[in-house]
Amino acid sequence: MFDIQTQLFEGQDIRFGPIDHEKDPEIESKWTHDSEFMRLMETGPARPLSAAMIKKQYEKLEKQIEEDKNLYHFMVRAKADDRLIGKATLQWIEWTNGNAHLRLGIGAADDRRKGYGTQALGMLLRFAFAELNLFRLTAIVPEYNEGAVALLQKFGFVQEVCRRKALERDGRRWDLYVFGLLSSEWQERIKR
Amino acid sequence: MKDLFRGELVRLTHEEPSVRTEAEARWQRDSEFIRLADSDPAGLSSEKKIKERFEKQAEGGPSPERYFFSVRTLAEDRYIGFFGMFVDLIHSEAWVGIAIGEREFWSKGYGTDMMKLCVQYVFTELGVERLSLALHAYNPRALRSYEKCGFRLEGRTRGDMLREGRRTDTLWMGILREEWLGLDTDTAPVE
Repeated sequence: MFDIQTQLFEGQDIRFGPIDHEKDPEIESKWTHDSEFMRLMETGPARPLSAAMIKKQYEKLEKQIEEDKNLYHFMVRAKADDRLIGKATLQWIEWTNGNAHLRLGIGAADDRRKGYGTQALGMLLRFAFAELNLFRLTAIVPEYNEGAVALLQKFGFVQEVCRRKALERDGRRWDLYVFGLLSSEWQERIKR
Repeated sequence: MKDLFRGELVRLTHEEPSVRTEAEARWQRDSEFIRLADSDPAGLSSEKKIKERFEKQAEGGPSPERYFFSVRTLAEDRYIGFFGMFVDLIHSEAWVGIAIGEREFWSKGYGTDMMKLCVQYVFTELGVERLSLALHAYNPRALRSYEKCGFRLEGRTRGDMLREGRRTDTLWMGILREEWLGLDTDTAPVE
């Protein structure tokens, strides 16, 4: 029987939702003022962004989703109070190859280490493999992002590539890892 | 100082859009060439479209992030291929894409000669810390050539390409500036 009863966008403590153009810019702007968060999320230079700039980014993002059709973006919200806590994205989807890159971030320091990231990644994988029917997912993570490495490994991601000394931060070079998870590997895990 | 634009078999130029268009219009019809050089599905563009693309590039002028070289043979002065680099200035890394469109120049050392010029340019002229590239696992000829130039295989993304109904890997390679400096570059890197 087909399992269409399991909700794709509802988790235990979190849910995936669309962008709220009124309320979200203010909150995401706050996150960008946390350089640690920015440096874990982006390899580009960290910089604080105003709510108005974030608003523009959302508009650009939604235009891109409409035009390129190779991107899915979800806002992660706490079910208890509907508060924005993070974002989850599948990008650079290659439909002919069934490959996509994932990005995931829990924005506020208070919301980290509470299992929200684990729940969000679980939901994102289900969406990627059970709804989009992708063959594999790719995640690119710097060696200093130990939290992300541990989370990916927990879900069975395999470190496939080590791009040696590919990043420059804090006056030294760091490796950049490429992780991959195949649909078949994910299917095996959820059967258990 | 060494000549950055002259190798053993080839020299580097920047051909006019008209020259590049004529060649590209022929090369794109060779689907084996496209499937070796690119990861997007093969397709065909009109000469008008191709020319517009090259003219737009030429109008843009030189950029500090993008570098393009046309390649001509020393012996016959034939335009046989090209390579281009994208430079991430923040992280001091360059990426290269390279191709020989004229099939009769495959497997004869031209690609290796081109890549040696590319690596030399990247580390002596651009001064970046790292040069990276990716290739298809079904292109062992390219793999061997890049190894000759000093690149190291850093891993493979499993089955990320579907070609002819079969899964194939992308191979990732890199060479660090310190590694290149350790090679005997005057007589060209390790054999």
